[in-house]
Amino acid sequence: MNLVRTVTRSRLFWPVAALVALLIFNVLVTPSFFTVTVKNGYLFGSLIDIMRNGAPTLLVALGMTLVIATRGIDLSVGAIAAISGALACTIIRDSGNGDDVGVVLTAIGISIGFSLVLGAWNGLLVALFGIQPIVATLILMTAGRGIAMLITEGNILTIASAPFKQIGSGHWFGLPAAVVIAIAMIAAVALVTRRTALGLLIESVGINPAASRIAGVRSRGIVWSAYIFSGLCAGIAGLIISSNVTAADANSAGLWIELDAILAVVIGGTSLMGGRYSITGTIVGALVIQTLTTTVYTAGIPKEVSLVFKAIVVIAVCLLQSPVAQEWMQRRRRPLPVVKSGAPVA
Amino acid sequence: MSTATTLLGRVKRFAPSPRYASVYASLFLLVAIFIVGASRYRNFASPQVVLNLFVDNAFLIVLAVGMTFVILTGGIDLSVGAVVALTTMITASLAQAGWNPLVIIVTALVVGSLIGLASGLVIHYFKIQPFIVTLAAMFFARGFCYIISLDSIPITDPFFTALARRIVLAPKISISPSVIVAILVVIVAFIVLHHTRTGRTVYALGGSEYSGKLMGLPVARTKVLVYVISGFCSALAGLLFSLYTLSGYGLTGVGLELDAIAAVVIGGTLLTGGYGFVLGSLLGVLLLGIIQTIISFEGTLSSWWTKIVIGALLLVFILLQRVLTAARR
Repeated sequence: MNLVRTVTRSRLFWPVAALVALLIFNVLVTPSFFTVTVKNGYLFGSLIDIMRNGAPTLLVALGMTLVIATRGIDLSVGAIAAISGALACTIIRDSGNGDDVGVVLTAIGISIGFSLVLGAWNGLLVALFGIQPIVATLILMTAGRGIAMLITEGNILTIASAPFKQIGSGHWFGLPAAVVIAIAMIAAVALVTRRTALGLLIESVGINPAASRIAGVRSRGIVWSAYIFSGLCAGIAGLIISSNVTAADANSAGLWIELDAILAVVIGGTSLMGGRYSITGTIVGALVIQTLTTTVYTAGIPKEVSLVFKAIVVIAVCLLQSPVAQEWMQRRRRPLPVVKSGAPVA
Repeated sequence: MSTATTLLGRVKRFAPSPRYASVYASLFLLVAIFIVGASRYRNFASPQVVLNLFVDNAFLIVLAVGMTFVILTGGIDLSVGAVVALTTMITASLAQAGWNPLVIIVTALVVGSLIGLASGLVIHYFKIQPFIVTLAAMFFARGFCYIISLDSIPITDPFFTALARRIVLAPKISISPSVIVAILVVIVAFIVLHHTRTGRTVYALGGSEYSGKLMGLPVARTKVLVYVISGFCSALAGLLFSLYTLSGYGLTGVGLELDAIAAVVIGGTLLTGGYGFVLGSLLGVLLLGIIQTIISFEGTLSSWWTKIVIGALLLVFILLQRVLTAARR
């Protein structure tokens, strides 16, 4: 009984429950859903597909988690992803030699470098000028797609480059390359933020920026780095997206990815008010979103209609996690007076 | 910060009143851009070009008015673009099914208001961020468009096509009925915001919801009401949009919420709430419109420059707001 209580009270209970429910539904519709086969030393199967297609969202959500933990939000990630893909494809095409590994590495390096610059720009506006994060990143969200179209000159660039294609559709260590990249990034973040004090500092900045500054936390630098990291994640995600289709589409690459990423973070139990964050939660959240999309496909519903299901899942998870619902559930369990949180911060 | 404040002190001496500085700045830019346009291109300084700003942006004006209410309370409504699309779909599909046009209009407005009502109730009673709730509403409305139809539906109903026709005021000068609707909406919003108790409560909520509650203001009612207003305005804008394009399509209005937010910010409304003007939002829309007009007159400039220029404008106005609020403290 005690165990049940700890499990259901865990912040991860509802997201994991949603994921399991979706997976069970899929197995009922397609019994072979869990089958993972090995072909030519690579793993194949629906689950692997979910992970591969979910990798860009997962990466963006990872950066978004840290930004949200500092009480911010980054709306520009979709635009940064589009710019990064557009830049890499343009460089590779202009070089005229797409199969040269050196050219591809340079293109990737420049794209990632530029993504870092864009992230730093967001960080500058938020951390230094003190502009509200939604507004500060809205600027790049609006202008970013224009910049991406400027780079591709409004065309959809298709390129032929075997090394570049590796990122999106190649396989490393038997797994899709995109999944390997995502796992590596997650491991790096988990290591850096949970094995050092950095994670604690990020949470303290998110909970109370003024108090942490007085306590000696360099909150400005921490907030700034969070946006730079988010830019990096978005840049890598953009490379994966454009490499997957070996093309750069300034208009539709990474479209809505910021929303999916924010949803993944919220479903994972990180509050948009900043503070405590959960990387595991974000991973589960991203998988829920990707599984939902895949489920809708396998159930034979037009992909556009999947938005309705997404809306239902978001509302359900948010309602269950909302302070009101939590309070109500706690009151039902034990009739103790609940300490109310202070006035909501606008 | 000290350099900023001294600089501000100097700026402040010239500014008529810091309260209206942002609005004056957009008005000044609007006039300046118009003069530049008039001196560069033939036919630019014609009354029709000015009227076309209203004709082409009537729906955006209505959207920006609704968004102003929400932003004044410190909230945000991301669902407006999707509600516009849903309204065009409802209008087009019901018109195709042969419904009475007036019934269609009422249905569309009720659906829009209900979506706003649902968002408002969830935002207020479950204390979930407006951002997430209206995002879900956006997904819901967008998805529902595709449940109605995956393709574009033309509107051929004689009532609607008659409404879409232009009203000729003088030779070569004409407006569309949508312009009258948009201007009426602005007037009503202005009266509500500046001359009614509801309007004052909207401002109070944006200033501090907690103080508003302590003062005994109807916080819950007003907070839900602004989302209903925004939903209603989105549906009305959707109706204007269906008249403008004479079709319904699930992909219309993607990113329209950003244009509306940009117009409101450029018009001098603070995104933290409690401070702003509905007439400023009108100026914001006109400014976005005139930039588009300039780019189309220029001809050689590509359409993506619009996005970059709007982004740059947003940056300038946000920095301006930041400096002004810093000066007031």
